[in-house]
Amino acid sequence: MTRGKAVEVFKVSKSFGDYQALKEVSFTIHENEFFTLLGPSGCGKTTLLRMIAGFDIPSTGSISLFGTEIGTLPPHKRRVNTVFQSYALFPHMTLEQNIAFGLENLGWDKARRKARVAEMLELVHMTPFAKRKPAQLSGGQRQRIALARALAPEPQVLLLDEPLSALDLKLRQAMRDELRTLQRQTGITFIFVTHDQDEALDMSDRICVLGEGRIQQLGTPSEIYEEPENRFVADFIGATNFLDVEVLSVDGPRARVRTPMGIEIEAAQKGVSGPGKATLSLRPEKIGIEDQAAGEIIAGTVTARNYMGGFTHYTVETRGAVLRVSRRNALSQAESYAIGQQVRLGIVAGSARVLGQ
Amino acid sequence: MRRGFRFWGLVPAWVLMAVTLLAPLVIVALVSVAKRGAYGGFEWDFTLAPYRDILFTAGWSDELEFDPKYVLIIGRTVLLALITTAICMALALPVAYVIATRGPRAKALLIYLVTLPFWVSMIVRVYAWLIILGNDGFGGRLWQFLGGEGSLLFTPTAMLIGMVYSYIPLMVLPVFAAIEKLDPALLEAGADLYASRWTTARRVIVPLAWPGLAAGAILVFVPALGTVLEPMLLGGGKQITMGTLIQTQFGSARNWPFGAAIALVLMALVMGVLIVNALRAGHKREAEA
Ligand SMILES: Nc1ncnc2c1ncn2[C@@H]1O[C@H](COP(=O)(O)OP(=O)(O)OP(=O)(O)O)[C@@H](O)[C@H]1O
Ligand SMILES: [Mg+2]
Repeated sequence: MTRGKAVEVFKVSKSFGDYQALKEVSFTIHENEFFTLLGPSGCGKTTLLRMIAGFDIPSTGSISLFGTEIGTLPPHKRRVNTVFQSYALFPHMTLEQNIAFGLENLGWDKARRKARVAEMLELVHMTPFAKRKPAQLSGGQRQRIALARALAPEPQVLLLDEPLSALDLKLRQAMRDELRTLQRQTGITFIFVTHDQDEALDMSDRICVLGEGRIQQLGTPSEIYEEPENRFVADFIGATNFLDVEVLSVDGPRARVRTPMGIEIEAAQKGVSGPGKATLSLRPEKIGIEDQAAGEIIAGTVTARNYMGGFTHYTVETRGAVLRVSRRNALSQAESYAIGQQVRLGIVAGSARVLGQ
Repeated sequence: MRRGFRFWGLVPAWVLMAVTLLAPLVIVALVSVAKRGAYGGFEWDFTLAPYRDILFTAGWSDELEFDPKYVLIIGRTVLLALITTAICMALALPVAYVIATRGPRAKALLIYLVTLPFWVSMIVRVYAWLIILGNDGFGGRLWQFLGGEGSLLFTPTAMLIGMVYSYIPLMVLPVFAAIEKLDPALLEAGADLYASRWTTARRVIVPLAWPGLAAGAILVFVPALGTVLEPMLLGGGKQITMGTLIQTQFGSARNWPFGAAIALVLMALVMGVLIVNALRAGHKREAEA
């Protein structure tokens, strides 16, 4: 499938005084894509989004929207709309007026405006509230109106800056599904900013992991989780065990390493060129315990246990390393392991990843 | 015990109010219904003549004729105060916006500068304008340069300039407070939804700064109604307003009862404005609740 390029960010840097918030960031977002910018607080996600919206101008580099350079165009001349983190609904206008605001500025005639406002209210299930003011709404309802207001002018790209962070857990889950459905229905390219990895993995077509002002990795959710390209990504997305290992041999994309536990394993590698030191990332849920142990087997003692409902996390001390292991809780509690108990762990080749240092 | 404190604790305030507000008011009210003294002052003798004199003059044979002279002065004073308020609003809005959007240090400095004139006596400041607007002053030169006829000083324009200058800080401060409370994201939302700067100002900033503008309008309009210095010094006394009228009645004209009557009319006007405003604010609060 070939898709048009919705947004091209090319070598964009942004400095605030001496502080460089973004360093030569480049990526392309396709038409009709749900694209997520993910990263820890302060990594430059909002800064990047604000430059696409036009509230900030890149220090260097260029940004194009559907092939047209927009780097220095003011916000009101870009066919891009934003859902603000604080929603930024106009408090003196009714919900209808809020949604119609953008349409009026674009010069739509009255009949068309009215139809579009009604359509948008319908889309976000807020039709009965049309005449209310934003102050009379709950957080979730405000969120929906902010969404309707931003979608109404048919933007080429919709920008969302942590739109779910102000909602409670239950509502957040529901809004995730709604946002995803809305994106499919409208076919508009979404650029979604979050620091919540679950949200990113759940909703995105592709994720761009930002860290320290740079792109750390760009890929589909499963690529990001299963095939992290460096320690930063492996650490930020999900939980993992990092082990200092010695590389014995490298064969293209795979490497053979000796672990501190004494065993040798072969795994996919990234950023390792030859024998020497490296880091092994081993996801807790990919280590088999007792009856699930397969591949290379090592022995250890359970030193801690955290019951999490669906999962139980164990800390297992083996000769040479302490490993976090998690196991899905099955039908009975019978297979739960007590502190002090000796257990067998199994590591399958291919479940780990060798990363350069 | 508590009751006692509630009563006795307020006594100083009551006394202060009685001595400084109530007593003078009663005296003015009494004077306004007294007879004019031959050499200023007044004589005790109940009469409504001072109020009658606002609207009528005695003709050749003591018959009363309607005389619009004072009504015109009252009308002119109200108009002057309204124009001053409108100009202050128009000027204060961009000023307050610029101040509110500066960094914290610049903001503190600019607000300090806005309030700085209050530290200097009003008379001194108005005298300064006498020099500025004079034929050799900067303002007077500018006036001639722009093709203004005659001299600027002692014209209604000069008076208006002085009044706007005197009262504009009272407008800037509440408008600044209102704009500062605005979420900056609202302005970005305006631009994001294709509004030009002008449209954002008109449809987002002005409506949301409206409470500040309304408060400022009261603060400017009320003292502008009673203003004396600007018409006297900058208007050269040719532009009679209620303030100067009262001043002359107690001074050179030596007609205290008439001056007191005009003063009470002025006060009634001010009270009227304040009451209408309070009622409107109350209605609005009810409508929003
Ligand atoms: N106007 C500014 N002036 C100076 N520094 C700024 C400015 N805006 C952002 N920064 C800095 O740039 C960096 C990136 O900020 P940004 O707001 O993009 O982070 P973020 O990734 O959105 O973080 P969060 O998840 O907390 O919202 C931060 O270190 C921040 O302090
Ligand atoms: Mg942010």
